[in-house]
Amino acid sequence: MAKQEKKEKKKEADKKEEGVSANPEVVEKGKAIKEDLDKLMEEIDDVLEENAEEFVKNFVQKGGE
Amino acid sequence: MSRIIGTETEFGIVTQGPRLMDAVSSSTLIVNSYPLLPSQSVLWDYENENPLMDARGFEVDGERERPASDYNRLLNKVLANGGRFYVDGAHPEYATPECSNVYDLIAYEKAGERILEQALSRARHSGSEERTLHIYKNNTDHKGNSYGYHENYLVSRGVPFQKIVDQMMPFLVTRQIFCGAGKVGHENRTEAVSYQISQRADFFEALVDLNTMVKRPIINTRDEPHADPKRYRRLHVIVGDSNMSEVTTFLKVGTTSLILAMLEPEGDVAHEASVAYDGIGFQLENPVWAIRAISRDLTLRKHVKLSGGKEWSAIEIQRAYLDQAERFFEASDNPTVHAILHKWRAVLDQLAIDPMKLSREIDWVIKKEMIDSYTARKGWELSDPRVTMLDLQYHDVVQEKGLYYALERGRHVDRITSSDAVAAAEQNPPTDTRAYFRGACLKKFPKEVYAISWSSILFNTAKGIKKVPLMDPLKGGKSSIGTLLERSNTVEELLSMIAA
Repeated sequence: MAKQEKKEKKKEADKKEEGVSANPEVVEKGKAIKEDLDKLMEEIDDVLEENAEEFVKNFVQKGGE
Repeated sequence: MSRIIGTETEFGIVTQGPRLMDAVSSSTLIVNSYPLLPSQSVLWDYENENPLMDARGFEVDGERERPASDYNRLLNKVLANGGRFYVDGAHPEYATPECSNVYDLIAYEKAGERILEQALSRARHSGSEERTLHIYKNNTDHKGNSYGYHENYLVSRGVPFQKIVDQMMPFLVTRQIFCGAGKVGHENRTEAVSYQISQRADFFEALVDLNTMVKRPIINTRDEPHADPKRYRRLHVIVGDSNMSEVTTFLKVGTTSLILAMLEPEGDVAHEASVAYDGIGFQLENPVWAIRAISRDLTLRKHVKLSGGKEWSAIEIQRAYLDQAERFFEASDNPTVHAILHKWRAVLDQLAIDPMKLSREIDWVIKKEMIDSYTARKGWELSDPRVTMLDLQYHDVVQEKGLYYALERGRHVDRITSSDAVAAAEQNPPTDTRAYFRGACLKKFPKEVYAISWSSILFNTAKGIKKVPLMDPLKGGKSSIGTLLERSNTVEELLSMIAA
């Protein structure tokens, strides 16, 4: 997880660096991507099964085929 | 390239309600809740089925399935699209109609997801009580229980089975790098891992066998062609994952069709060989070990041993197949063949640079990217049980709840087919295989169709029950039978015109 966070931070830092010299089109595109991702994450918040831990624990199937 | 292909998907199912409902009852409720069946009375005809026949040339002892009529109708539904919707053990299962190409296959497989979704919606309110149902197009409960996704490829009987085994083994072990559905965790007493490429790799314990439920083999020997056995075999591929991504299904079924086609230049099945071909020419030293090792290597850099001592990565093995396929099909004028080759090459190249860049196309990458983004935001550890919920819910067939569908709505994933094509595929059979005759007869004569199997239709006529054999899956399409069907006002007329 720590590694993951570092990676995220590095990405953020990269973005900022780019922002200084980047042309406005790239900045706009970056913004749009982030907005899309935010929207997706909110959507997952809305639909993700409540009591996920309990649900996963109780999800037992018979083998098939 | 005209190759008959079809897939069977078993779905995971959970019911929550005031009364406990076992998986068999839930599955039965589901297949009986789909509202758009052409006929409620048609039987599934088990006459021509024999799953105990082994491709290595012998028959195994065992009980054949022959349910009584009422029970048969309860468990089996034949769809207007020519596919089958049924209860298989403790799971609802959908089999696509026979398709002649990978694009149709994707539309018909996706139509299956819509059929399950509609059945679920109706099952929720049937009877006096409300219940919550969940249906997943995945392959595991993450506790050591797996259910299948089977691909079927019609192959010329002229190809010896051992040649198929030799050609397919390294291919089926390594193709997961672009067709794995991704899985959180490990199971079935295998090596611990937090995320792996394939849902199914943990469950394969043998090389070649007839079993599908225990000691699963990488290559299944069921020799049940559902067609003229003198001309055809049906390769029953049980080692694959159920995919949500259309691009992933395109690659999985497309590439597998191509490398099978290379084996049959002299066969009955249409081909467009430009050069003679003698098989892939190498084998893995330990396929069962390799399938798990590859599933656990998200970098795709590790090497597996070939017989003879060389060590190759899964990407290198796939490139060997691709190189041969490109040479073999060089002169082909079939655009689908070239579209498959092109995508195959592009995806292998990208996998070699950075697999995570394929987060619009390949299921295991799409799912991993989603999980990584979400858990980073929430500060969850990968071992958090809620991460398994993300995995499971990626496969939910209800579009409002399914996380794959959330990605699709947000245009985070690439598609191959369209929602319109999927809607059409739910109600109409393919026009260029015998599924056309099956689906069209069911729609036109729903009361007169008495029973159906993959290779025949039985009609109830004034002179008793009459059987129309359909032993060639490539025959019975709209071009040959469409006008006859249109002109027939009764089943008797249809049968007399067919006989003429």
